[in-house]
Formats: sequence, C-alpha cells, structure tokens
Amino acid sequence: MPKPKIGFYWCASCGGCEESIVDVAEAILEIAELVDFAIWPVAMDFKRADVEALEDGAITATMINGAIRTSEQEEMARLLRRKSQVLIAYGSCAHTGGIPGLANQFSREAVMRYVYHDCPTVVNPQGTEPQTEYHDEGRVATLPEFRDVVRSLDQVVDVDYYMPGCAPNPTLVLAAIRTLLSGVLPPKGSVLAPDIALCDTCPRIDTKPVDLEVATFKRTHLHKVDPDVCLLTQGFLCLGPATRSGCGERCIRGNMPCTGCFGPLSNVHDHGAKMLSAMTSILAAEEEDDIDKALEGIPDPVGSFYRYGLPVSMLRRKVDLPFGHRN
Amino acid sequence: MPEDTQPRILAFFCNWCTYTAADLAGVSRMKYAATSRVVRVMCSGRIDPQFVLSAFAKGADGVLIGGCHPGDCHYISGNTKCLRRHRLLKRMLADMGIEPERLRLEWISASEGDRVKTVINEMTADLKRLGPLKLPERCVAWDVEAIDEEPDHAEAVAKEAVHA
Repeated sequence: MPKPKIGFYWCASCGGCEESIVDVAEAILEIAELVDFAIWPVAMDFKRADVEALEDGAITATMINGAIRTSEQEEMARLLRRKSQVLIAYGSCAHTGGIPGLANQFSREAVMRYVYHDCPTVVNPQGTEPQTEYHDEGRVATLPEFRDVVRSLDQVVDVDYYMPGCAPNPTLVLAAIRTLLSGVLPPKGSVLAPDIALCDTCPRIDTKPVDLEVATFKRTHLHKVDPDVCLLTQGFLCLGPATRSGCGERCIRGNMPCTGCFGPLSNVHDHGAKMLSAMTSILAAEEEDDIDKALEGIPDPVGSFYRYGLPVSMLRRKVDLPFGHRN
Repeated sequence: MPEDTQPRILAFFCNWCTYTAADLAGVSRMKYAATSRVVRVMCSGRIDPQFVLSAFAKGADGVLIGGCHPGDCHYISGNTKCLRRHRLLKRMLADMGIEPERLRLEWISASEGDRVKTVINEMTADLKRLGPLKLPERCVAWDVEAIDEEPDHAEAVAKEAVHA
C-alpha cells in the first residue's frame, strides 16, 4: 500500500510555522517513515506542476500556513484544496489572519508607498513599484496581484481543521499528525487545541485574586515584570482570560504576557471585543477622566486585541479604506 | 443618504431606567424619529462589545446604549462597567474608521422620556449627515477581488470524496 501523502505550503507568513514542524525534533523521522511528502517548498523540491499532476484528493492532508494576500496564494490554496482530502489552516495567519492581517488597517496604496518609498531603509531613486506585467522585447514577465484585503485561509477555501498558534506548539502538531494518520478524525471545523482559556492552565493562576482589580495598564518595556505573579494582577495587558490554551504557556514562562496567538475559544465570536470587555471590566477607575487615564497603557487597542485576528473579526478591515483598484 | 432612507439605530436600553423612559415617552405620546430598534437588557453592564460590533457588521448605522445615571445602577456598578468598555471601544472603533457619532452612550433615568426623544432625534440627524455605514455591503464588495474566476467542479468532487 502506498504511504499517505502529506503537503505543507506557505502563503503570507514569516517561516516560523515551518520551523515549528522541524521543532517536533526526532519525531519528524517517525513521521517521515509513515508518509510521503507531496509538496513542501521550504524543504523539498516539488513544484506546482507536480501537484497539478496529482489526481484530485490524492494528498491525504495539506497544512497551509500564512494569510492570503496575493492572487498566487489564492490559486495555490484552491489547487491544494482540490488535491487534498483534508486541509488544515496551520498557524495563526492561516487560522485567523495573524500578524499580516494587521495590514487590514491600511490601504493597499499605503502599504506600497511605505514598503517601496517611505520606509527609512529603502533606496529606490527611480520610484520602482512591482507591476503585475512587464513587457520586454516581446516577452512578458508576470507577478501575482497584491490584493486590497488580507484574508484567513477559510475566507478563500473550505478548511477542515485549524491548528492555532504563532507558531503552533510541536506537541499539538505531533498529536494532530498522529490523529490524521489514525484515520479517526475529529468533527470538521475543529480547532486542534483544548477549548479552555489560557488562565486555566497558567502556572501563575494561584496568584490571580478572585476579585481582580487593576488601577492602570502598564506596558512591559516600561516596567519590571515580576516572574512569579499573575501578569494581569501586575497590570500588564495579558490576553489569557479570552485566549485558547494549548500553547504550553511559553510566553508566560518567558515572563511575557499572552498576546492571544491561539485565538478565541469556541464560544467567542470576536476575540478582540471579548478581550476589550474583559480588560475594561477589571479596571478600578469609575470616573470618565480616571478611566481614560488608566487606559493610556493601551495606546493601540486594535493592535493589542486583534494582534492575530483582525481579518476574522466582525469588522474585518478598517471600514473606510478604498478597495476594488482593479475590479 | 437619499431622503427616503432612514438610518438604522440599534438601541440597547437597560430594563430599570432607559427602557422605562422609552415606555414613558410612548405613553406620553411623544413623537420622535422611527429609526431605532430597541433591545431591552437587564443592565447596561450586560452589553458585550461583541453586541455592538455585531450590530454594525449586520447593517446598523448606529448603536445607542442607554443606562441608569452613575450611582443609580440597579446592580450597583453595571453602568460604570459599561462606561469603561465604552471609552475604549469608542477609541477602537475610531481606529477602525467608524465615526464616533455612530456609538452613543446616554444615561437616561426612568422619568426622562423626553430625553429619549431628544437623543434619538439628535442621533438620527447625526447619522443622516454621516450617511449609511453599509458594512455588510462593503464586505461583499471587498471580496469581489478574491472570487474564484474559474470555479472548478473538481473542488466539489474532492469535498464529496472526503465526506463520503
């Protein structure tokens, strides 16, 4: 019997998710024994044509990381969807839009202007910008279209499972791959991580008072962080109360507050709104001026509460931005 | 906004003060713009910011929250909780391009029926000036760029193979 085929692909991502696959360490050898790889651009030399040559549904499972921003990423997502029995959104960006999703606060033009002109490290005296087509002596070179909007994977193709995290935790990754190979699949749409809040599994939970009250929000680069006490109790913005657990509390153990990469729990519709609600609820201030002063420690609410999930939030994108530059 | 389209305001009124005030406005036969749909909640502290975003995402042009005056909350401090959420939510909405007039918080006691009338009329005028938000329509328009131009029948075939 041929071995089941597995695919890995990356879209708008940093490469950290690829790293997390390698982070399963020696167990990767066990996986490599059990499966064949159909595509894995970061590690193996398969091309798009190799995937196109496969029959539909020939790949047992494909894990796509990264958000979807370009027409090429859309095409590859659709191609891999067709060729795969199971498609997994791997990592925060594919799951909820991730860090690249924060670009939904800016127009396509603003992104281009900054990246190709205004960024202090850019030297571009001719003002060159990428074009989707370039003609030279009868030959045409093409580049993918850069979209107005950043999307999560399931906003472009049908997704079977979600592996949360920036990057996903190797323990969960290994468990997920073993589950897939076992053939006993969880219900479609499952997030392959526990459905409990990070606070529940936090090593500092005993230092979190029942009636938590915070005078003001502090920022970690301006204050000393006590390594043993609940970060919220200390007044640092920690998203543990409304973020899914399963990450191994790596940030907390590294003395950093949770920034919410595992995304919301299943009963939350808008991660950022829920976080905003939780954080303002524990404030002590009662008068308008005092409240505003206490909230000065959260200078960028969108960036703080939607750090990994702006594209899947209820608003999705800054509402007054232009769109349809080529429609 | 064309003259015949009225803005749509989703109003969350607390059971003990503002909803009773709206009732009073009704029995007093006060006339005001028929632009609000009122949802009665037990306390303004019950209003999850998700409700507000959901209202906008589903087509509301404005969201009005009405609660008891500070110090008068039936549940002691629900309205201060609402105020704290409101202060930050307003900032966040501004960052997302939603004008501050679209979310309004008002303390209206049970005896202030005329205040309900004034606030809804004012908000209606503000929203008419701003024009409709049309978020559901915007979302559809944003996604035109990502529509699969050659929807492949094979996609449906692959799906069937998995769930067979």
